[in-house]
Amino acid sequence: MHYNAGDTAWVLVSAALVLFMTPGLAFFYGGMVRSKNVLGMLMQNFATMAVVSLIWVFGAYSLAFGPDWGGFGLVGTLHFFGLAHSSQPVPGYTGAISQHIPPLAFVVFQMTFAIITPALITGSIADRVRFGPFLLFVALWSVLVYAPIAHWAFDPHGWLYRMGVEDFAGGTVVEINAGAAGLAIATVVGRRRGWPRSPMPPHNVPLTLMGAGILWFGWFGFNAGSALGANNLAAHAFINTNTAGAAGLLGWIAVEKLRGGKSTTLGAVSGAVAGLVAITPSCGFVDAVGAGVIGVAAGVVCSLAVSAKFRLGVDDSLDVGGVHLIGGVVGTLLIGLLGTMATNGSNGFFYGGGLGLLGRQGLAVLASGAFSFAMTWVIAKAIDKSVGLRMAPEDEFEGMDTALHAESAYDFGGSFLRSLGGGSMSNAQ
Amino acid sequence: MHYNSGDTAWVLASTALVLFMTPGLAFFYGGMVRSKNVLGMLMQNFVAIGIVSIVWVFISYSLAFGPDWGGFGLIGTLHFFALAHPNQTIPGYSGLTIPPLVFVGFQMMFAIITPALITGATADRLRLAPFVVFVVIWSVIVYAPIAHWVFDPNGWLFKLGAEDFAGGTVVHMNAGAAGLAIAMVVGKRRGWPKEPMPPHNVPFVLLGAGILWFGWFGFNAGSALGANVLSAHAFLNTNTATAAALLGWILVEKIRGGKSTTLGAASGAVAGLVAITPACGYVDIWGATIIGLAAGVICALAVSLKYKVGLDDALDVGGVHLVGGIVGALLIGVFGTAAVSGANGLFYGGGLSLLGHQAIAVVAAGSYSFIISWILAKIIHKTMGFRVSPDDELEGMDTALHAETAYELGGGFLRSLASSGSAEAKIGPPQDQPLTDLFRKPGERR
Amino acid sequence: MKLIVAIIKPFKLEDVRNALTKAGVVGMTVSEVQGYGRQSGHTEVYRGAEYQTSFVPKLKIELVVHDEISAEVVEAIVEAARTEKIGDGKVWVLGVEDLVRVRTGERGADAV
Repeated sequence: MHYNAGDTAWVLVSAALVLFMTPGLAFFYGGMVRSKNVLGMLMQNFATMAVVSLIWVFGAYSLAFGPDWGGFGLVGTLHFFGLAHSSQPVPGYTGAISQHIPPLAFVVFQMTFAIITPALITGSIADRVRFGPFLLFVALWSVLVYAPIAHWAFDPHGWLYRMGVEDFAGGTVVEINAGAAGLAIATVVGRRRGWPRSPMPPHNVPLTLMGAGILWFGWFGFNAGSALGANNLAAHAFINTNTAGAAGLLGWIAVEKLRGGKSTTLGAVSGAVAGLVAITPSCGFVDAVGAGVIGVAAGVVCSLAVSAKFRLGVDDSLDVGGVHLIGGVVGTLLIGLLGTMATNGSNGFFYGGGLGLLGRQGLAVLASGAFSFAMTWVIAKAIDKSVGLRMAPEDEFEGMDTALHAESAYDFGGSFLRSLGGGSMSNAQ
Repeated sequence: MHYNSGDTAWVLASTALVLFMTPGLAFFYGGMVRSKNVLGMLMQNFVAIGIVSIVWVFISYSLAFGPDWGGFGLIGTLHFFALAHPNQTIPGYSGLTIPPLVFVGFQMMFAIITPALITGATADRLRLAPFVVFVVIWSVIVYAPIAHWVFDPNGWLFKLGAEDFAGGTVVHMNAGAAGLAIAMVVGKRRGWPKEPMPPHNVPFVLLGAGILWFGWFGFNAGSALGANVLSAHAFLNTNTATAAALLGWILVEKIRGGKSTTLGAASGAVAGLVAITPACGYVDIWGATIIGLAAGVICALAVSLKYKVGLDDALDVGGVHLVGGIVGALLIGVFGTAAVSGANGLFYGGGLSLLGHQAIAVVAAGSYSFIISWILAKIIHKTMGFRVSPDDELEGMDTALHAETAYELGGGFLRSLASSGSAEAKIGPPQDQPLTDLFRKPGERR
Repeated sequence: MKLIVAIIKPFKLEDVRNALTKAGVVGMTVSEVQGYGRQSGHTEVYRGAEYQTSFVPKLKIELVVHDEISAEVVEAIVEAARTEKIGDGKVWVLGVEDLVRVRTGERGADAV
């Protein structure tokens, strides 16, 4: 088998970029929780990296990308368990989509997606879940929820893929999946003590912005890497990703201004993430104008959607539903309108492709969202009933950092006084 | 057209690296301002990413790299407006081995970080909306022309033979001169230089410097537009000059009788990165070391000038980027060697002609950027008001402009404890609110 | 001996310190405090969720002075801390029964 060195280099770099997104996400979320819970949040994300890395090579990868079981397009077999047969070509990637990279590079690239998806869920259950049961949840969820949906939409034998559903980099598999799962598990574990009456403002907004910067950086690997080669399609995906992230940022802060408020930094990065989420499924199927429209739409729609949790009474603490589920739905559906063969794939409605693509995209949204929500709810409920998913009230009050991990995040002296002006400058003559 | 996948992979990776530099820069700067202004600083940088990304794909890319308008080498046409003709060969780049869209993306990241660099000069005192307007117009009338002059093979400075491998003139001198111009228009921070305004979070500054150093490999080695010997030269030169400048800066601190500081080390590293930017593809390892050392020493001395001239270049954009850019651009004329690429400089038997070309580029880019930026800033200042109100400046940008506080750590512990009652939550919109009320103004009661 | 306690706006610290130096006061203790009076707090917004912070950060200055300069020192603080806007703070004065300088053991007025 002959592999292309340039394509392989790009996919390897992309895998590293996507792996880096999970620590980035940890900081994005960690900055938004209260200071007593920041280590708890970081810990869940870092531990997810470890758990899923192992689960992926021992089982989940094979279920997602192994030879189709029974030809239904629902799940793969355990043919690649423990990375067996690792030099065999990945089934289904033939003809126009044949891979020019070693199968192991594909395994590791896809692994980083499987890692960040359950990590995304942590935002909806911030500050209130026990650590051990959370790890159990991640392990079960990766096998029972992530692997099947990845098989449906990413694997050429998956039923959604064969139907012609377009999901370039994981709008259904990653974003809708994590968003729906986040809402389901948040419903099971209940609200944080005091929500929504007590104030729970972010404790470190710069940390959140740092996380957003890392996410944006890593997202180029996520999206442009999904071309599985260093080529013109990767270039399209790359530029579209950046354009939509930018448009999402501007869209969100524009809504803040139009509603008469101030533009906020948290709004800016939330908009950027919303735009990046929405362009994830579509980055390889639309042109620059389509990317701009999708980004703005995501920024605007998500900025309005994050308030819905107060109406629904679901404590989706850091808006995984409002940003990832809604953003993923926006991006997945808009392919049906804005998709263009000039980039790749089929034409959407606006490019003369009729409503067929939109219909298929709608079906994919429903199928992945409903499966993820229902399965996650069952898994979470089972864990909650058996070992208990939720922290003790006194632990929740004390905070995860000391109660669960016997650490506290910060130990600063009283340096605040100085920054207010209590000294003199010597070089200011 | 057949593209080289290895070259494409490297330039794609470089593009991501350069994008990451702007958040890195945000933290480099954000750590240096006072804690009441950190979000304001981060916001300007993130918003710059948002704006320039859009402006670039729609207009300014075409002005910078579109077919030359009239053959004067001054500016491109709108041929590539909104990424039209994305598969056409870029004029003057017939040998390019990467898809043109990759080049668009790579150059976009340079266009993003350049106005972001300016924010350091004007820290703590710009309103956001005028800043947005400034960046939009500046990207079109200042960045795009200078990029065309220097980077585009049809640009007049490129044709003249001026060498700028990765943006010493286009990015650093340009940002430095523009930063000084706006700082002059909007005036000093309240209390400067009498009141102390020490950095509020030095580890952030070092983290930002680390990200910048990391991303700069994409900036410089990526500018070879391929994965080849030239990019390897640029990569090693980048690292060498940075190391030399870091040591140069802290050496100056010791020689002047002080202690070596972490802020000095970070600043020296950035000064070295700036200076090697134009030179990294034209000099050898000796040249890189000397350029780095020179930049570290000269910039360490230059940053004190602002107190002498009374210009509040808050975070030393002039002292580091303008001066560092000039050092690097001019020293190509001395240390440039055809053994790496380009023409020979003075020390390698090339005579004074390259140095002369470099000087012309420095003067042209610096003065054009300064003058146009000054005029643009003045117009915005007179019409919209560039500067925050004195009350808002005292309160700090974070709460005054963005209704946020950066940290809830020690002092805010009371508040972050849910049961303390030290703050009342009025989390909106309330649960009984109709959907139409989502458009309610924050703070407005029904 | 009088204990003077002043609550001021944080950015006025340097002005107050300079005024006190001019008035001959050589030491003081400063702490960060939060509180509210007639100045209401401000509103913060995080993803559309609003937080009314009712406590405003202030600085508390404490210093012990001789009886005879007490009025002058209070006046100096008030002049230096005033911005004529709501939330400028308050100054109050209490009598001090005894005072000890830890290093020397001096007591009473000698220890000021």
